[in-house]
Amino acid sequence: MKKFVLKRFLQMALVWILVSMFAFAIIYFAPGDPLYMYMTPGATGHKLTEAELQAMRESLGLTGNVFQQYAAWAQKMMHGNWGISIQTKENVLSLILGKLPCTMGLMGASMVLSLIIAIPLGLIAGTHKNKLSDNIISALTYVGVSMPAFWLGIMLVIIFSMQLQWLPSSGMRSIGVNTTWDLVKHAIMPSIVLSMNNMAVFVRYIRSNTITQMEEEYVLTAVSKGISKKGIMYGQVLKNCMLPVITVVGSRFGTLVTGSFIVESVFNWPGLGTLAMSAINNRDYPVVMGITMFSCTILLLGNFLADILYGFADPRIKIGKE
Amino acid sequence: MSHLLEVKDLKVSYHSYAGEVQSVRGVNFTVDTGESVAIVGESGCGKSVTAKTIMGLIQTPPGEIKKGSQILFEGKNLLDMNEKEWQAYRGSDCAIVFQDALAALNPTLTIGRQITEKIMIHTDMNKEDAMKEAERLLTLVGIPNPAKRLKQYPHEFSGGMRQRAMIAIALACQPKLLIADEPTTALDVTIQADIIDLLKDLQKEFQMAVIMITHDLGIVADIATKIVVMYAGKVVETGSNYDVFYNPRHPYTQALLRAVPRLDVEEDQELESIEGTPPNMIAPPAGCAFCTRCKHCMKICQKMEPPTYEFEDGHTAQCWLYHEYAQK
Repeated sequence: MKKFVLKRFLQMALVWILVSMFAFAIIYFAPGDPLYMYMTPGATGHKLTEAELQAMRESLGLTGNVFQQYAAWAQKMMHGNWGISIQTKENVLSLILGKLPCTMGLMGASMVLSLIIAIPLGLIAGTHKNKLSDNIISALTYVGVSMPAFWLGIMLVIIFSMQLQWLPSSGMRSIGVNTTWDLVKHAIMPSIVLSMNNMAVFVRYIRSNTITQMEEEYVLTAVSKGISKKGIMYGQVLKNCMLPVITVVGSRFGTLVTGSFIVESVFNWPGLGTLAMSAINNRDYPVVMGITMFSCTILLLGNFLADILYGFADPRIKIGKE
Repeated sequence: MSHLLEVKDLKVSYHSYAGEVQSVRGVNFTVDTGESVAIVGESGCGKSVTAKTIMGLIQTPPGEIKKGSQILFEGKNLLDMNEKEWQAYRGSDCAIVFQDALAALNPTLTIGRQITEKIMIHTDMNKEDAMKEAERLLTLVGIPNPAKRLKQYPHEFSGGMRQRAMIAIALACQPKLLIADEPTTALDVTIQADIIDLLKDLQKEFQMAVIMITHDLGIVADIATKIVVMYAGKVVETGSNYDVFYNPRHPYTQALLRAVPRLDVEEDQELESIEGTPPNMIAPPAGCAFCTRCKHCMKICQKMEPPTYEFEDGHTAQCWLYHEYAQK
């Protein structure tokens, strides 16, 4: 176990470093300049001189080639210094941590929602293979997988906010209202949109698992013991169907992170996604890097936790034992 | 005397895209209390399907049990039972041991759980008593250290031990009939012998009827008192162990026995194989199914199905050679 954890952490560190290099290079070579807003006269009409811009670049660590800049960033990172936002001059880490609860809440709600709906649907489809209920559920999953999140989001807003006026179209809270119900009302549509894709994937996965498990010979043994159909489903098959789902849930954290960027933009949810979008648009390098690395960490930890959990849930897998 | 189990004109088909596969085409045999019967035949002859039908394990569709088929267990036709009656029958009256115990045991449940769940369905024992009973059963089938073993999972057992655990599950609730569907095929030879001995001992001890399904004539000789030889979905010969081995009547049985080396013969022996392949069960032949591979094939064999001829005391064969007009 110790050896396994150590090995996995080394692997994760390697992935983390590679991701940071790629991300840094992409941002560096992307067109645009974080100081663009200072170069053109804005509302103040004040235009910075070339010397002032240069001084600003130096103070922000934007001089030198890509290697030097990366080295400087990495060195700061190793000391736990995530940098300062160019836009707001706030500490990047505290900026991220401040937005984190909103995004985590949304991601958690959507993960729970997608599992709550996907598990029964997957089981029904799997046990009624090629029957009407399976065909309907399977058709819906194709729709769920192929529907773009931004489109679904806009459609929901048009129907439920503009036409029916049941739900608020954007934001997290109504101004001046501080009730849980208000928060829930705001969260309903973003959670649905964010969970749609994962839900469809989970349903398909659980369906195919159920079908394979139902054809296993141990099911015949269970029947031959005189166990009822329901008893076999819940007592024997269910656990074996759900075990591999742990791994899939872990690996879907990535979709959740990227999905939340889109969903938060559509619904103007004040989370990491919105922060990331505005940081990218303004070439706020430290913030973009910070969010990228933070998401990367979440993703790696998600996969790692899934592996560990699987080891506890499945008796056949003993982590670290040869 | 009424039989414990009586299979009458059993016909089972599977519907596939290629057509209707007639796996079992009118099988008749009986099993008495405490008797051990072996069903012998090559792969695809319908022996496993017959066994599964007796346990009610045929999925319909794609399977279909034809009208007119009867399986009488203590005089009651199993094929008329509803799901509730099947559940009560399975496990307590009749139990089955499959070929591959690794596949037949649930990989994520402990052996203890897999034994006790059966006990708790058919008796009103609580969990604790059921665990004690399970421990007794494991001891009975020769698994050392049963209390510890109950808490283990199938993958922690060796192949032979797994099959023993499988037998322990089958034995729970003391069924009157035990079906062993090629119980030793997946095991190596020394362990095969152990398992066969175990089944023999248990059968004697509990006066349990056993149906042993196998393609291995060596096993049959050791355990069965009665032998049912199947070919292409039909019973071609039945008789006592002695009659079938020393006085086989059907050319298929004779050919089978010539294909097995004998240890009681001192001179060099030539092992024969049976030429040809079994018939296509989607379109089974009109006459005797074995006629294309039979050395004694006559004209009538290709046209009409042979009737069943009875010889001394229960020895029967389905073959035209025993018609009064056939050349001896």
